[in-house]
Amino acid sequence: MPETAKFLTKYIDVPGIDTLEVYRQNGGYEALAKALKSEPDQIVEEIKKSGLRGRGGAGFPTGMKWSFLAKNDKPRYLCCNSDESEPGTFKDRMLMERNPHLLVEGVLITSYACRVKTAFIYIRGELPYAADQVQRAVDEAYEAGLIGSNILGSDYSIDVIVHRGAGAYICGEESALMESLEGRRGYPRLKPPFPAVVGLYGGPTVINNCETLCTVPAIIEQGGEYYASFGTEKSKGTRIFGLSGHVKKPGNYEAPLGIPLRTLLYDEQYGGGILNDRQVKAVIPGGSSTFFLGPDKLDIPMDYESVAAAGSMLGSGGVIVINDETCIVGTIARAVEFYRDESCGKCTPCREGTYWLTELLERLEHGHGKMKDIDLLTSICGNISGKSFCPLGDAATSLITSGVRMFREEFEYHVTHGHCMVG
Amino acid sequence: MISEKAKERMRELAKRYPAARSAVMPSLYIAQEEEGYITRAGLEAVAEAVGMTIDDVESVATFYTMYHKQAPGKKIVKVCTSISCYLRNCDSVMEHLEQRLGIKRGETTPDGNFTLQGVECLATCGYAPVLQVNGQFVENVTLEKADALIDDLE
Ligand SMILES: NC(=O)C1=CN([C@@H]2O[C@H](COP(=O)(O)OP(=O)(O)OC[C@H]3O[C@@H](n4cnc5c(N)ncnc54)[C@H](O)[C@@H]3O)[C@@H](O)[C@H]2O)C=CC1
Ligand SMILES: Cc1cc2nc3c(=O)[nH]c(=O)nc-3n(C[C@H](O)[C@H](O)[C@H](O)COP(=O)(O)O)c2cc1C
Ligand code: SF4
Ligand code: FES
Repeated sequence: MPETAKFLTKYIDVPGIDTLEVYRQNGGYEALAKALKSEPDQIVEEIKKSGLRGRGGAGFPTGMKWSFLAKNDKPRYLCCNSDESEPGTFKDRMLMERNPHLLVEGVLITSYACRVKTAFIYIRGELPYAADQVQRAVDEAYEAGLIGSNILGSDYSIDVIVHRGAGAYICGEESALMESLEGRRGYPRLKPPFPAVVGLYGGPTVINNCETLCTVPAIIEQGGEYYASFGTEKSKGTRIFGLSGHVKKPGNYEAPLGIPLRTLLYDEQYGGGILNDRQVKAVIPGGSSTFFLGPDKLDIPMDYESVAAAGSMLGSGGVIVINDETCIVGTIARAVEFYRDESCGKCTPCREGTYWLTELLERLEHGHGKMKDIDLLTSICGNISGKSFCPLGDAATSLITSGVRMFREEFEYHVTHGHCMVG
Repeated sequence: MISEKAKERMRELAKRYPAARSAVMPSLYIAQEEEGYITRAGLEAVAEAVGMTIDDVESVATFYTMYHKQAPGKKIVKVCTSISCYLRNCDSVMEHLEQRLGIKRGETTPDGNFTLQGVECLATCGYAPVLQVNGQFVENVTLEKADALIDDLE
């Protein structure tokens, strides 16, 4: 297996890569030209061969999702999910701001492969610069005949619309995203039917994360097999790991799937060690919706299966590192506030449950909690998880259930002493 | 007042999408650009352009936090208070700004110059703590950097 390769970030530091001219000088849109010369189904096959899985969090095989598109005579749509808002995740913003044409090219190839005539790029409202960069790239591409009628002289025509969100985490959930695009409040829809069957405006719809789509051009250019030579047996290729919290060198790093968590945290190429040379207390491996891993798990490979086997999820690739100077109760309280604020309010377990969780956590954090509050916390989690309408409810509970299990004595200390064990 | 030009932009958007009501969010942004927040006139103009009732438009506008219900300050300072920023002491930045501006989070200074908000993760977690001023990011904020920023803006 080759040592390292960069499929997403190879050109990200090239000055001016965000302009069409420089992007093309570096081989940009050659993958699109190549794609247009093959049959759409061949491209789907190539993506299947690559083993690419969704980088939005759930890790669903991308090629398979494309081949699940319902075959009917309704118009097909593509939505790029650039609503990035999972705490700990900051890769899509970087890709859009710094290499927007890469995303546009990924959108175009995917649209062609899936026989889509209208594509949307849904960009989180709080990221105006990313939206401007992508809009500018789309405008340039229209002007150059890369988007529009008969692109690059082929008989394929495609329209691309950049759409801005307006502040609602739930709109990253694909069905809420479609509601929002259709001009409604962003409440999730019942799944199934999956978007691939009944999606935007009732048509079969491909929804992929921004990073997923940015990976497509390199796969088409270099071949699915080559891509699949990186990573592990079931988790192929590379992805962007976002390191935040208590590491010396936080930031986004592209690395092959299966890289040991310890390497990501300590290697000079990546995190460079723990802030203030402290010990790791816990790591949240895939954004704040995933479960804590303890310091005993630092040697796991960062691929979908291994992280799941260790009791968490690879999620969105946002690795949040917490050192041993940190109060876990305060950290969880802060993380859960997010879900209370972002619960869309459609279903009762999540709307009411996240409110009560936050109240209890605040009480414990400030030393007014009682011993029975700790069990009450886990019992409320049991009433939310699996009983909510969409995965946001489940997500709100993961740090509490894993946190209480791993650090129960810290919760108890807050009750008995009225303050933290650390700091 | 929503200008004729703004209304025209909204009508153009309604034609751009496969269904006119998909233009409601971008049209609300246009209305907000015109008047600084979502006014009755803004709701009416959007409703007319995209073919929805005013109540329907309002119910969309109130779902999303970036449509202002009242006029904000000239500079909107958003401080991220989510987990990765919390681990990097965003609370001290927020408290410092509250003191410096003499307001609490969620409030606007009496002269209407600044609105201070605590917001959720701004997708900049690796460069925490972070804040945004009218949409522009300031990363790795220190108390000195925050002070210099306010000095500059004042
Ligand atoms: N990137 C971010 O900011 C965030 C990411 N997440 C992640 O989102 C994940 C949950 O997302 P969901 O979309 O609810 O997961 P899911 O497992 O329901 O679906 C994953 C993808 O596969 C598709 N799919 C699944 N089964 C299918 C089938 N039989 N036919 C056709 N398509 C099918 C879905 O449409 C979707 O696009 C979590 O694992 C979490 O990590 C959560 C919050 C924020
Ligand atoms: C509450 C919630 C929020 C989500 N937010 C995002 C998001 O911001 N970006 C994203 O790509 N996927 C997000 N997802 C996952 C999407 O529903 C969907 O699985 C993904 O966009 C599919 O693309 P992929 O297969 O390329 O990963 C979220 C899911 C949930 C339940
Ligand atoms: S689980 Fe929460 S976010 Fe999801 S539908 Fe219910 S209230 Fe809305
Ligand atoms: S947690 Fe502050 S930017 Fe993500």
